[in-house]
Amino acid sequence: MNIWIVMVIAGLLTFGTRLSFILLLDRIKVPDWFKRGLRFVPVAVLSAIILPDLTSPNGTLLLSWRNPQLLAGLVAVLVAWRTKNVILTILAGLAALVIIQLLLAHFGF
Amino acid sequence: MIAKTRKLEFWRGVRDEAPILLGVIPFGLLFGALAISAHISIPAAQAMSSIIFAGASQLIAAQLVGAGTSGLVILMVVFVVNLRHALYSASVAPHVRHLGTAWKLLLSYLLTDEAYAVTITHYNREGDSPDRHWYFLGAGLTLWSAWQASTAVGIFIGAQIPANWPLGFVLPLTFIALVVPSLKDRAGVAAALVAGLIGLLATNFPYKTGLLLAALIGIVTGLLIEGRRK
Repeated sequence: MNIWIVMVIAGLLTFGTRLSFILLLDRIKVPDWFKRGLRFVPVAVLSAIILPDLTSPNGTLLLSWRNPQLLAGLVAVLVAWRTKNVILTILAGLAALVIIQLLLAHFGF
Repeated sequence: MIAKTRKLEFWRGVRDEAPILLGVIPFGLLFGALAISAHISIPAAQAMSSIIFAGASQLIAAQLVGAGTSGLVILMVVFVVNLRHALYSASVAPHVRHLGTAWKLLLSYLLTDEAYAVTITHYNREGDSPDRHWYFLGAGLTLWSAWQASTAVGIFIGAQIPANWPLGFVLPLTFIALVVPSLKDRAGVAAALVAGLIGLLATNFPYKTGLLLAALIGIVTGLLIEGRRK
């Protein structure tokens, strides 16, 4: 298959997926539990993205204090909880990551 | 007056989307560079970022093209990788219900992970204002522009970001900043913890199916706990 054809079909599939419920929810009646479930979508999807990024930064699970991403992520959770501020959370998480990586490299645990 | 609140909503969307770009741009660079090394032509590589406009699936597609995978398999993979967007679609649908078809088509096109995360958090926090779709448009277009520009830079200059720069880490950090303050009850916390845990255990599932499964189980958990407390 020509790459342009593959691309256009892939684009239409992706667009169709994104459009699906935005159009459907107008036209069909959905059960009550479906509507109630929608409020859990952001916390569930984003948590399912966040946690593996922290525990498996290089693709393999590393549940240990030697995992800088995991520790820096915990710092970010605390800052997000206390401040509710996106920029502060990003800065604190990045700073924690750099500091923890430096400490691990210099003291070679 | 009406024009003024639209403008205000639009620019708030732009402003709220801006921090996450720090994490998105390295991926755009990486995609541009990867597409060229997979022998995808320059126009096709650039066009992929606006035709498919979904980062993770584009990176995987470029790798598959480079490996000489058949078109049909690539299509199936892209479809599966992007299935999670159906969840986003259902989640934003009540907030865009009042709009005409043209707006729905436009906002659907812009419904990426990053625009969704910022927009839905804003809607849940601030409630639904009449001009809320302009916020979505501002956030979506900001991400779109950064994605096109970083793809172009990746194509022509390559992904010359030092490997030890932790910019990719900005994505999970931004998501943490959006999720943590919105955890307000037991059902929500349970949904987040279960989804995170399953996501962690299913990291090695192919093509983001682990993510999809984790999100669905998290949502069901939230529903069950909420139902029991009533």
